[in-house]
Amino acid sequence: MSASDTDFLGRPVIAVTGLGIVSSLGKGVAANWDALIAGKSGIHTIDRFSTEGLRTTISGSVDFMGEMGRTSTGLSYAMAESAGSEAIRMAGLKDDDFGGPLFLAAPPVEMEWQHRLQLDHMDGATTEEAGYDRLLEIARKHPDRSIYNLTQCSRISELLADRLGTRGLPITLSTACASGASAIQLGVEAIRRGETERAITIGTDGSITQESLIRFSLLSALSTQNDAPEKASKPFSKDRDGFIMAEGAGALVLESYAAAKARGATIYGLILGCGERADDFHRTRSKPDGSPIIAAIKAGIEDAGLTPEGIDYINAHGTSTPENDRMEATGLAAVFGERLKETPISSNKSMIGHTLTAAGAIEAAFSILSLKEGVLPPTINHHHPDPAIELDVVPNTARRAEIGAVLSNSFGFGGQNACLVLGRAPRA
Amino acid sequence: MTNRPRDVLITGIGLVSSLGEGIGEHLDLFARGPGLQPNIKSDGYEPYFVHGLPAIDWSRQIPKRGDQRQMETWQKLGTYSAGLALEDAGIPMDEAVRSEIDMIVAAGGGERDPAVDAMVIARARGANDAGQVINETLSTELRPTLFLAQLSNLLAGNISIVHKVTGSSRTFMGEEAAGISALYSAKARIASGQSEICLVGSAFSAERKDLILNFDLAELMLKDEWRPVFARTGARQGVAIGSVGAFLVLESPEHAEKRAARAYARLTSALGDRGRRGGDATAKRFAALLPAQATDEDTMVWSGATGLADLVQIERQVLAERFPTAPVRAYGTLLGHAFEAQMPAGVALAAGALSRGMAIPPFDTGEERPAPAAPRRAVVTSIGHLHGEGVCVVEAIEGDCR
Repeated sequence: MSASDTDFLGRPVIAVTGLGIVSSLGKGVAANWDALIAGKSGIHTIDRFSTEGLRTTISGSVDFMGEMGRTSTGLSYAMAESAGSEAIRMAGLKDDDFGGPLFLAAPPVEMEWQHRLQLDHMDGATTEEAGYDRLLEIARKHPDRSIYNLTQCSRISELLADRLGTRGLPITLSTACASGASAIQLGVEAIRRGETERAITIGTDGSITQESLIRFSLLSALSTQNDAPEKASKPFSKDRDGFIMAEGAGALVLESYAAAKARGATIYGLILGCGERADDFHRTRSKPDGSPIIAAIKAGIEDAGLTPEGIDYINAHGTSTPENDRMEATGLAAVFGERLKETPISSNKSMIGHTLTAAGAIEAAFSILSLKEGVLPPTINHHHPDPAIELDVVPNTARRAEIGAVLSNSFGFGGQNACLVLGRAPRA
Repeated sequence: MTNRPRDVLITGIGLVSSLGEGIGEHLDLFARGPGLQPNIKSDGYEPYFVHGLPAIDWSRQIPKRGDQRQMETWQKLGTYSAGLALEDAGIPMDEAVRSEIDMIVAAGGGERDPAVDAMVIARARGANDAGQVINETLSTELRPTLFLAQLSNLLAGNISIVHKVTGSSRTFMGEEAAGISALYSAKARIASGQSEICLVGSAFSAERKDLILNFDLAELMLKDEWRPVFARTGARQGVAIGSVGAFLVLESPEHAEKRAARAYARLTSALGDRGRRGGDATAKRFAALLPAQATDEDTMVWSGATGLADLVQIERQVLAERFPTAPVRAYGTLLGHAFEAQMPAGVALAAGALSRGMAIPPFDTGEERPAPAAPRRAVVTSIGHLHGEGVCVVEAIEGDCR
């Protein structure tokens, strides 16, 4: 091991050697990156199910994964499989024999409405009254393991572990909208502990159903600007009115820098640091003084051995809800001070929507591409800046900029705050 | 980071089950055995068996009514047990202290509203457009806050709000494997110096027909006749689910010493694996997770077996080969099976019993041998009902019984 193999604390440097992405913009890293820097929106009117009577009728759903897309568990797996195998192949490894652990951010799953209704239509019950007693009677007459499988939260990681040839017991995690970043953090920690030389981290979310849409809608979290779907997600704009539910998956192959170099792998970027801090204020709202967000940002930058001056670009959480964008700007201002105005910050969610569990992973993958290509993706739909938020949001069109370090923020319900600091690959 | 791994101490236990609350109450009860009866509710659950909760005064650990109203039983059980563990560890309700504590929670999903589900099903019968019925009914009948009671990571979220634990908050999902991974991850972080103190645990609420439905679609539930876990065979096998909240405070020796905390025991190993279940693959993986045989009078096994006969048989065979004379206790016989919470509950019981220097009388006199002496080491097992295998090893702290 040479000096460049370890960081300022003597820990192994973490290299990113493979990426994989699925979003409403398409399948694969190239298709997504091209659309993203072209400022294309993946948001569209929902046709997966009836939206009759709903306040929100738009989303960034992924509707091109075939048969597997018929259930949330199936779709979440299919996208994770696509992104995961792409990342492993990009790393020059065998996508059925990865040989390291899997850290998966996946949505909680449960029985879906199609199956409750399907069971209720079956015969074999003496109870006529609708409800779980009747469904239980029917289940005893007509057991169906395929429905049960879809209700198990370990299902997706089990299928992935077999498909990708990962090692050991995979960890499936949920830290709400910070999940994708948390998965990367777990991978980083495992390599830093010396448990493994590489890990695959995947965030996936295919959980747009009637019920999930209605539930977020009842919390008044979603945009209702249904008339022009591609214009509805407008982070940091004055007329933002909520987030757009979206689907997708992001995958990163993480390796110790020493191991990646030793096998001659191409290094696309580095994970320099991770920070987290939980909020004890409220189930859906941030502490008014922003202290947990501030602490998470500071912890990430500190873990990277940097100061705010070392951050060249911020990949925002930027959900387009009135509260998040204001709190995020406030939190960043507290850490960056006057320098914040000159630090470009953009929100991928203006184009792909909020991919929830997957967001932190997809946005980390985009951050690595920004570092590698020297291009900052835009915040589209930025025509009416919020005067209370003074930021350089890279409005509407992508920008060329050589950057060395990116801060990627993820904040979620339940007081989840996670921040990653990603760095450019050392020049050979 | 490459320094010698540190010890990981168990300095707090919060355990709630159908048998009562607090590790002490559980051990006191066990001491009255053998021949203990589980606390099973079958009323309203026939033909299934559910180890339900006794009456609990939630306000003892969740003082604000407003907080209680935001949760259903699952989150209350977890938040309550986490509070017990923190209290038991002697950690004051001081934000400056609690904001440095890391947290890993193994979680499933929270409660649904069965009345609303029934309403949707009833209205969808004969409707031309079931989708429209779902939209109309859910939009008007669902309580907005129920979504939060349901989200997996909101158990951890509630623990942050009620108990002010905010160092970090990670929720692992995936049935038994989640509980195994939570302990693995917490232990590895403390041993390597990535964390000093971590609240780790889980809760499972069994009195839920929606969950029973999922499991019985795969014919996993024990029906009609209850038997102890190791006696479940043939048509009389399956899972009897049990409500359990089990949280532990894990801590580095340095951190524990600084605040003069007493430890129950050391968590010396927490390992998991998974893979295809055919042939002898499960037995081989499980055997590879087990520690080597010691002077085996010193070892006892807390088996988290599910009650599924083929898995029970594999586990008992491997255990008999590795630890031929060690007493084995299937704690699911008395607590029921608690999925994510199964491994945390087993480690809690093991640590408590080691600390008391206590030999555990058989839970099932037909299948379990009496213990000749108090063990100094406990092996805790959890072979997942569908996948995932895990083993934790807990060791007594010599000369310092709590």
